[in-house]
Amino acid sequence: MTSAPTTTMTTTESHAPGGLATPPPGHRPGAARGRLTRKHLAGWLFSSPYLILFATFMAMPIVATLLMSFTDFGLRDITDPMGAEFIGLENYRELARDDEFRTALGNTLYFVGVGVPLTVLAGLVVAVLLNRGVGRLRTFFRVGFYAPVVTTIVAVAVVWRFVLDPYDGLISGVLSEVGVTSPDFLGSQALAMPSLIAMAIWRNLGMGMVIFLAGLQSIPTEVREAARMDGAGPFQEFRRITVPLLRPTLLYVTVITTIGYLNVFEEPFVMTDGGPADSTLTVSLLMYKEGFDFFHMGYASAMAYVLLTIIMAVTLLQLRLLRDKTR
Amino acid sequence: MSRRAETVRRSATHGLLSLGLLLMTAPFLWMALSAFKTTEDLAARPPVWLPMTWTLEHFRDLFTVLDLPQYFLNSVVVATFVTAGNLLFCSMFGYALAKLRFFGRRPLFGLVLAGLMVPANLLLLPQFVLISRMEMLNSYAGLILPFLAGAFGVFLMRQFMLSIPDELLEAARIDGASEWFIFWRIVMPLLKPALATLAIFTFLGSWNNFLWPLVITNDPDKYTLPVAIATFAIDPTSSSGSNGMLMAGALLVVLPVLGVFIALQRYFTQGIATAGLK
Repeated sequence: MTSAPTTTMTTTESHAPGGLATPPPGHRPGAARGRLTRKHLAGWLFSSPYLILFATFMAMPIVATLLMSFTDFGLRDITDPMGAEFIGLENYRELARDDEFRTALGNTLYFVGVGVPLTVLAGLVVAVLLNRGVGRLRTFFRVGFYAPVVTTIVAVAVVWRFVLDPYDGLISGVLSEVGVTSPDFLGSQALAMPSLIAMAIWRNLGMGMVIFLAGLQSIPTEVREAARMDGAGPFQEFRRITVPLLRPTLLYVTVITTIGYLNVFEEPFVMTDGGPADSTLTVSLLMYKEGFDFFHMGYASAMAYVLLTIIMAVTLLQLRLLRDKTR
Repeated sequence: MSRRAETVRRSATHGLLSLGLLLMTAPFLWMALSAFKTTEDLAARPPVWLPMTWTLEHFRDLFTVLDLPQYFLNSVVVATFVTAGNLLFCSMFGYALAKLRFFGRRPLFGLVLAGLMVPANLLLLPQFVLISRMEMLNSYAGLILPFLAGAFGVFLMRQFMLSIPDELLEAARIDGASEWFIFWRIVMPLLKPALATLAIFTFLGSWNNFLWPLVITNDPDKYTLPVAIATFAIDPTSSSGSNGMLMAGALLVVLPVLGVFIALQRYFTQGIATAGLK
């Protein structure tokens, strides 16, 4: 679960930090300074537990990943990290030549490019339907659509593997009732990735739905009624009223879904192990294999940094593309 | 709009949503039913939708192959400590960011926002090296420490703290209350709903966490539930990983989560709406 910085931070700052530096006239300077010092001290004391954990388990690893990516860090260097040999940009050069990495990158972008729009759209459609006065059943539907989001991804992947099983699976069962033979979804190079995408949509659309619902409820009903009086049909209302007014929410959901999907790991790990023939190998999965199956940790770190760079670039691009139109 | 058109529109909405709901719940129902089917029923074609005879054989087999009570305990211990840590540390930092005007506050908040964007996978390798250097592989400490305080928790708590009026805190300060007293006795009690929201998110996040426990445990005694199930599911050497047993295992992992979610669902929607829109 992550949150969007963009839609949130502007509304809340109440105080300019410079405001306290000069005490109001007539104040005893000593007392004011004492209060001020107390505030700074208290602020840092309250912050310190988080900051210590943050420095140890986040800031340091971010820097360490970068440093490791310039070395040939391997299994024996775990006991002696300083012993790893500095090899400059060799890992990155190797990545550029690595066909498997290129495949993984392509698969990841395929997963994101198809999966994100469909997930966001599905979430939006369900939210719009739920917002059209379902009354008391709304909670019931909302729980049902959101349930996959909270369930353990490993269990979900195990269940879906069985749902998609060409012999004993749910889909093959339904198909056999109408006399059709089920394709081998996860065993086919063409169908494996679309199957994972379908599962990802199923699992994640509830997240968007809940956020969209909150956004939809903030659109005044008068706006909708006015549009209807002017003769707008449901589709026009959706395109001309709902989507434009929901733009910040759309941006937020798109960004968090994209970040999540760029990191896709558990689904291929449990369901296909990257196969068949690397057709569902993603960057995170390859990074895991290189790092923990083969202990090419320097190389895997370079992969992590390439992925991070892509994530940041895509996020910034989305912020830009989806934002500017509102102005 | 005419009355009739309104009725048609309503039924269409309900119909579409019900169809969607069926698609959403089908895998869960399939899982639950399959867990109780006999092996013959599981393999039957045309399929047997409802178990002919209900059986607990898969659960029994699962419990003999896997030490599920141990994995359950491990998951609970880890999730409990992670939740407690987040409640305390994220609230403290959130309080400082929202209510204490101290030097460096703004850049620190920027740090939190940046922390929200960094994917956990990126940190995996050095964190692994660090934890192994601290000799914490296969230990609760190793499973817990890196997750003890998350950026999401700080962000959420700060958002909720902003809604507490400054006058209230200022009055307590004039009365000579210490910052800790104000935080612990005034602010925290006011934030019970927010704390509940954060607790649920953190607990489930930890319960569902997979990659980190997978990486730092290879001693089955320290496996969390998802790791145990995944290891069992993908182990090519285990011929015992039948579909019935896997569905029984998945059901056992999913059931507590779904139970908690359904019981406390309004906190979820509240939390997401707060983090996303405020």
